Amino acid sequence: MKKLGKIYLGAVLMFLYVPIFVLIVFSFNETKSRSVFSGFTLDWYRKLIHNDIIISSLINTIIIAVIASIVSTILGTLAAIGINNMRRVPKAMVMNITNMPIINPEIVTGVSLMLLFVFFAARMNLEFGFQTLVIAHITFDVPYVILNIMPKFRQMDPHLYEAAQDLGCGPAKAFFKVVLPEIMPGVVSGFLMAFTYSLDDFVISYFTSGSTSQTLPITIYSMTRRKVSPEINALSAIIFAVVVIILLIKNFVENKQAKKA
Amino acid sequence: MKKKILAAPYLVWMAVFIVVPLIMVAYFALTDNAGKFTIKNISDVGQYANIFVRSIWLSVIATAICLVVAYPVSFLLSRMEKHKQGTMLMIVMLPMWMNFLLRTYAWMTLLGNNGIINHLLGLIGLGPYKLINTSGAVVLGMVYNYLPFMILPLYSVMEKIDKSVLEAASDLGCSSMNVLFKVIVPLSLPGITSGITMVFVPAISTFIISRMLGGGSNLLIGDLIEMQFLGNSYNPNLGAAISLVLMVIILMIMTIMNQFSPDDQVLM
Repeated sequence: MKKLGKIYLGAVLMFLYVPIFVLIVFSFNETKSRSVFSGFTLDWYRKLIHNDIIISSLINTIIIAVIASIVSTILGTLAAIGINNMRRVPKAMVMNITNMPIINPEIVTGVSLMLLFVFFAARMNLEFGFQTLVIAHITFDVPYVILNIMPKFRQMDPHLYEAAQDLGCGPAKAFFKVVLPEIMPGVVSGFLMAFTYSLDDFVISYFTSGSTSQTLPITIYSMTRRKVSPEINALSAIIFAVVVIILLIKNFVENKQAKKA
Repeated sequence: MKKKILAAPYLVWMAVFIVVPLIMVAYFALTDNAGKFTIKNISDVGQYANIFVRSIWLSVIATAICLVVAYPVSFLLSRMEKHKQGTMLMIVMLPMWMNFLLRTYAWMTLLGNNGIINHLLGLIGLGPYKLINTSGAVVLGMVYNYLPFMILPLYSVMEKIDKSVLEAASDLGCSSMNVLFKVIVPLSLPGITSGITMVFVPAISTFIISRMLGGGSNLLIGDLIEMQFLGNSYNPNLGAAISLVLMVIILMIMTIMNQFSPDDQVLM
């Protein structure tokens, strides 16, 4: 029984990994063939580094993700504190609306924002591109920040804040010394989630980017629409390596923290 | 009490960028391009009934396959030694961290007419088969992309099922089949329902998977919406109406799912 389980897990892992490994192997292929490996080369990586469109959209993606995740972390942290102090009914209402971008299919969120931006673009000085992308990213990021922080308030002893004030802290000091450290893990995980979602988003960016400003996923999409280009394979290999490194670091840090605790 | 005011910037943001856009979808769906009220857009959606049926059908199949494949995976994961679980879970979730366009592209190169699968089959004298641009390829793409969305919620409820509960069931005379259907499945029901929604919602609304793996002949609801906004058949009113219908379908599915998973369910 145990052996059967292992074989099954192995088969599922193969299903998950083989396509990615095939991509990586063929990123070193001399010819453009997708099925015959004819010889080793690093040409596709060289071409990738010299591809201005990819590099500029990568930089664009990172800038947008940094701005969007920082703004949404600040906006979301303030919002979570405020929402936590609301009465039951308004709280439930705000949380229901906050959940919408998460529950709604991405395409609906993308389309709805596009309609709004088209409306603004026609009447105000709003251009599709960088601005609309940042606004869209903040909009789908904030809910994740709020949802990461809210449970921390539930875990926190509500009397801690009062105790700090009784012991002579002003409201601001009590907040920074008592409340913020308590909710900090939620703030950090919310920020990281917002950042990764921003980096990875395609659908919402696709509808809100216009034609001037591109993010990396949009560039990848237009590359897949054209004929075979092994540069995508090279890009996949690099992204895969980065992901593995980040997850290894994350695992290492978490293990270390677990040992400390 | 004054702290409520801290939520004000977000409330404004929420109103302008979440609520107003959704109202605009409803407004566009119910007006013509001159801004006059009409239900023509909504009734026009009926013309695309075949695309709706195909989308629902393919995503139901993909969700079912995900559930069947993921269920044993999550169970095996949840029964591993504690320190191994974290690492194993990371290995299972790692492909999810790749951009899903790249993951789908990987299958494009595997399934292509000159792809590696047809090449390998050719070596043993089979094929070439038409693998890409079929509805099967679309289902495969959905399963590949969304399988981890099923594994994760299932794992997180199964992890909480105490080993001694399973032992008690078999001590009291349950066959292993009975342990599965009378103990494990009922206890993992919240995971099943949230897994189903997490796979079904992105599957039914995708337009990338159908475009990359389905060719032109397997249009889904997502493709239809995309074509009305960015494609050559520009018609935001119809697009908004289709989006509205899609939202209603998803709302219905989620209501059904919630029936099976009462909030007061006691987890072990």
